[in-house]
Amino acid sequence: MQQKTTNHKAWFLVLPVLVLVAFSAVIPLMTVVNYSVQDTFGNNQFFWAGLEWFQEMLSDERMWNALQRQLMFSGIILAIEFPLGIFVALNMPKSGFWSSFCLVVMSLPLLIPWNVVGTIWQIFGRVDIGLLGHTLEALGIDYNYTQDTISAWITIIVMDVWHWTSLVALLAFAGLKSIPDAYYQAARIDQANRWKVFRFIELPKMMGVLMIAILLRFMDSFMIYTEPFVVTGGGPGNATTLLSIDLVKMALGQFDLGPAAAFSLMYFLVILLISWVFYTVMVNLDKKGM
Amino acid sequence: MTDATALTPAVTKPRSLPKVNSRAVVMTLYLLFLMLPIYWLINMSLKTNTEILGSFSLWPQNLTFENYVTILTDEAWYMGYVNSMIYVVMNTVISLAVALPAAYAFSRYNFLGDKHLFFWLLTNRMAPPAVFALPFFQLYSSIGLFDTHIAVALAHCLFNVPLAVWILEGFMRGVPKEIDETAYIDGYGFGRFFVKIFMPLIASGIGVAAFFCFMFSWVELLLSRTLTSVDAKPIAATMTRTVGAAGVDWGVLAAAGVLTIVPGALVIYFVRNYIAKGFALGRV
Repeated sequence: MQQKTTNHKAWFLVLPVLVLVAFSAVIPLMTVVNYSVQDTFGNNQFFWAGLEWFQEMLSDERMWNALQRQLMFSGIILAIEFPLGIFVALNMPKSGFWSSFCLVVMSLPLLIPWNVVGTIWQIFGRVDIGLLGHTLEALGIDYNYTQDTISAWITIIVMDVWHWTSLVALLAFAGLKSIPDAYYQAARIDQANRWKVFRFIELPKMMGVLMIAILLRFMDSFMIYTEPFVVTGGGPGNATTLLSIDLVKMALGQFDLGPAAAFSLMYFLVILLISWVFYTVMVNLDKKGM
Repeated sequence: MTDATALTPAVTKPRSLPKVNSRAVVMTLYLLFLMLPIYWLINMSLKTNTEILGSFSLWPQNLTFENYVTILTDEAWYMGYVNSMIYVVMNTVISLAVALPAAYAFSRYNFLGDKHLFFWLLTNRMAPPAVFALPFFQLYSSIGLFDTHIAVALAHCLFNVPLAVWILEGFMRGVPKEIDETAYIDGYGFGRFFVKIFMPLIASGIGVAAFFCFMFSWVELLLSRTLTSVDAKPIAATMTRTVGAAGVDWGVLAAAGVLTIVPGALVIYFVRNYIAKGFALGRV
């Protein structure tokens, strides 16, 4: 990495971003903080409630259950999408027409509006009109994502894998393409087998971009709202009510502003904490020149 | 970079024939998995509702474009697409305009609190839209911007500006600093240097950043739905219209879905040669 000069005037270049983000992030965030420490009887009359809402939320089963489901969801999709994405990247044609063809088709799911992704899978999984649901039923498998918890979970996980594996694959592919051929030749001279080539050449070279992928995928899966909401609406019961779905139910559905605000802040903190860990690892990898 | 592949096939060709096949099988299966749900949506959009509900067929028996006609002739429908495009473009322009100088500062200078500022910016990319939906609604209502395109564009800056700064910073780091210095010696001012010399050098980076801004603004629904009611209603929210008293109008819903895929597909087609490099965000 090149040496940077110290110049405090650089602040002026950052100023527009600062103003814009302060407007669209800090002000709303302060509103949330404001709600989280107050109580209301309506009529816009608020009074100080201290940390009451935080205590209430922390002792409430509801948030812990949603958090548990959320961690399970993010864990499962990361565990599927990363090996699968890397595997696909390794099998992609490296150049020529088919390479572009694969890239275009693979990027397609990434640019579909999220509620349409939900709609696609909602239709696809229906037993009466969907290809997937109909086929499974014809095979004699009991599948109904609106009533059966397991089916609902499988549906939203397969949907997320369908939606986002390509992002991991594309990032991994970009990493693979940057490996000079000399590395492979050296490996051939050393008679390294396929696994060793992957373990000691390809994987380390992909590490930098894979960290970006993990960071993006973790953040986005942890904030997921639209797709599962369209497909299952959080049901059956509360089986697929992830954190964001629960939060929107609480804030916009029941208008419990205080608890919802306290919930929001803790939710945000959890994401910050985990992302900070990933980010630190990423910066350290960057420093090592990977 | 690209010559990595030139030699490999030549050397391993004699015994790698089955291997090539297994690759093709893997890719075919994966692409099939990606395309099937989309195919099913297209299939449904070309059927009448009676056919959708009455019989089950892998392709339309009575091909009809009725559903598309419904959407393209009804202003309430097609204005949804126009509204979405307007705020997406606005957002992309604003995000890039503010992110470019900031990314330059981060990539070239050390200044007071730069690392903290950078992470703070990234934290906004991590903020769940669900947390911000209600405060945004109140903020934009109170300053009279509710149900305008600019409100959605500004709201989407929350996650797009940090991302644009992050991507651009990666690309700018790859440009040698000597270029800046030479330009200053040659008498270029900062503004002229930046626009005339520096921006063309990171053109692909700007393209990638624009692509990501477009992508995340186009696919987002929660905020854009919360901040609009009639005049700036995005297409994604308009789609809920298909759920009526008589049940869901599946054909029109599917057709609307297919039409939302089109702009994305067009954008991908234009940037197809930059996708692989671009997705690494300038870091390889």
